[in-house]
Amino acid sequence: MFRIISRETLGTKIHLFKIEAPAIARKALAGQFVVIRIDERGERIPLTLADWNGKEGSVTLVFLEAGATTFRLALLKAGDFIADFVGPLGVPSHIDKFGTVACVAGGVGAASITPIAKALKEKGNKIISILGARSKDLLFWEDKLRSVSQRLIVTTDDGTYGRKGVVTEPLKELLESEEKVDRVIAIGPSIMMKFCAQTTLPFGVKTIVSLNPIMVDGTGMCGCCRVSVGGVTKFACVDGPDFDGHQVDWDLLSARLRIYLDEEKRSFEQWQARMGKRS
Amino acid sequence: MAKLNLNREPMTKQDPKTRGKNFNEVALGYSAEQAKAEASRCIQCPKHSCTDGCPVEIDIPGFIKAVLDDNMPEAVRILKDKNSLPGICGRVCPQETQCEQACSLAKKGAPIAIGRLERYVADWERTNIGALNPKAEPPRPTGKQVAVVGSGPAGLVAAADLAKLGHSVTLLEALHVAGGVLMYGIPEFRLPKEIVQAEVAYVASLGVKIELDSVVGKVVTLDELLESGYHAIFLGTGAGAPMFMDIPGENLNGIYSANEFLTRVNLMKAYQFPEYDTPVFVGRRVAVIGGGNVAMDSARCALRLGTDEVYIIYRRSEVEMPARREEVENAKEEGIQFKLLTNPKRYIGSESNWVVGIECYEMGLGEPDESGRRRPIAKEGSEFILDVDMVVAALGTRPNPLIAQTTSDLKTTKWGTVVADDTTGKTMKDRVWAGGDIVTGAATVISAMGAARRAARDIDEYLRG
Repeated sequence: MFRIISRETLGTKIHLFKIEAPAIARKALAGQFVVIRIDERGERIPLTLADWNGKEGSVTLVFLEAGATTFRLALLKAGDFIADFVGPLGVPSHIDKFGTVACVAGGVGAASITPIAKALKEKGNKIISILGARSKDLLFWEDKLRSVSQRLIVTTDDGTYGRKGVVTEPLKELLESEEKVDRVIAIGPSIMMKFCAQTTLPFGVKTIVSLNPIMVDGTGMCGCCRVSVGGVTKFACVDGPDFDGHQVDWDLLSARLRIYLDEEKRSFEQWQARMGKRS
Repeated sequence: MAKLNLNREPMTKQDPKTRGKNFNEVALGYSAEQAKAEASRCIQCPKHSCTDGCPVEIDIPGFIKAVLDDNMPEAVRILKDKNSLPGICGRVCPQETQCEQACSLAKKGAPIAIGRLERYVADWERTNIGALNPKAEPPRPTGKQVAVVGSGPAGLVAAADLAKLGHSVTLLEALHVAGGVLMYGIPEFRLPKEIVQAEVAYVASLGVKIELDSVVGKVVTLDELLESGYHAIFLGTGAGAPMFMDIPGENLNGIYSANEFLTRVNLMKAYQFPEYDTPVFVGRRVAVIGGGNVAMDSARCALRLGTDEVYIIYRRSEVEMPARREEVENAKEEGIQFKLLTNPKRYIGSESNWVVGIECYEMGLGEPDESGRRRPIAKEGSEFILDVDMVVAALGTRPNPLIAQTTSDLKTTKWGTVVADDTTGKTMKDRVWAGGDIVTGAATVISAMGAARRAARDIDEYLRG
């Protein structure tokens, strides 16, 4: 059992949980994830590490309430326990001195990209970040990302904060500018990562994405998370989650993300009915 | 000498029509009368060839005599002296190629039903006295610590044996429950999970500490375990990584590896969705590719989830099928359709990426290959399309590379198996032993247990050395 040390709400239906998991906190590296299971009935879902503290023995997760498991998770309080917390899983992000790196985050991807941007900065890279969300109430960690970036551009789809539009617009302008960008990291919804990869392709800038397929065990046992990269099947859980965005078969990824749409809806509605609808 | 009784006592099973709709155990076990009737057939021959045929060397005539004598506690004692997991072995061991094949009555076509008797004794213990450590006297502690990695059949046996010898054992399991393939792979209707957990509890009652959610190779490496105070390590992580055929369309929606399908259904209890949160997609026409026990398990699970048709697609003929005869028969009784000498060429998908069909070859059989079985050869021009909306690929598994990747001096083969001594299980890495599927590639529960027993013996010798 793993104890929730503290929790806070970062935006509409976006929550941060700090969880006691000393063994994982000691080993965690940027880009890795954990698999959690809330209780006996729960499913196993992967969540990317947003932060960790080896001394404190804590691991921080940020998630958006989007389905049954995240809905149930959001009902837990500080002091409650999560049955299972497994990690750190996946290959850590490749951290090296590349030069100038553009870190592009969409939605909850802000939480996943921050430790990577931080590690890249510590390695001596110049970080230019682009942070986007649908609306102002879904934006968070602007300050955290700014603190590791030389420059930060914020966008919202509806223009309620920062620049109106999507992240690919400032990304394209950046690539067209005087600035020589050596690498792009894009983390967010698969559609956003797909368009980032499409944007950078004509400029020939290596673009790393962190894929988010459905997983069960997260240790290479089931193959649920298989993705096609450069025409070769990979398991995102053990071969990734980071891959070359220009090589990813995005249509396959988005199709496989829809396998359980009906079941997810049914499960979500059942839990909402059981727990009482929350505003 | 009494006349030989060649009438094997049959074991009652659920009716095929009924059982195809539930996940309850298919075989119902012996009654006390049936068990005694079967035990009375044993001629107590002096050869004990059955014991020689048992990978863990159970005193089979001994426990059978105790059943006949109505001395059930003694039967339990004899069985558990050599086998910590009798309820499991009595159900899933291929007795027909081991102890029962070696039985003196096998030549007459009616070997003693040793597996059924083993199961009877284990079930008697569990329901009458509880399957916990019967020994009041704990062994003298040696002060040595052993880490056992993986809690499947090999890990459970190694842990139990080492604990019985007085070593302090920690069992590390990656999943959220102990039992490995016994929990995620073998279905409830063939091996009830309650029985697996009762036998895991027995192993724990010997003093074994079980740490779940511990992915060795990720949260801790073998070298870190050795540095942190463990004197020896046993690796029993099995062969848990699924193989695919690498043919077009294999990533379409609705195509599962057997590992994923069985894990969703058995471990995550997707058959009870939405009571349990994990879903599983079930089509109307399901094809299972492969001819092993895992293929039979997958096909029979799919049937129980309420499909219309389930096909087994196997590239050779029935005689080459690696599955146990009994499981093939069970599958047939339940209405699974066998498409033999058939092999997928490619999968056909819909616009939304869902599988809608398989283009198959008809196969012929050529000369025997290195496995001794006749080599399947695709007949050019024989292609036909089978309409399906779900596929389970049960094509075998290989060891998970996570540990080998993080242990530079652990030698592995090109198939990813760990190189270890045949008799002792000692690997090329100092203080590390291995046994079971991680060494041999996918094999049986009992062979993994036998390897674990031999390794535990060698680890004990080393620790006392």
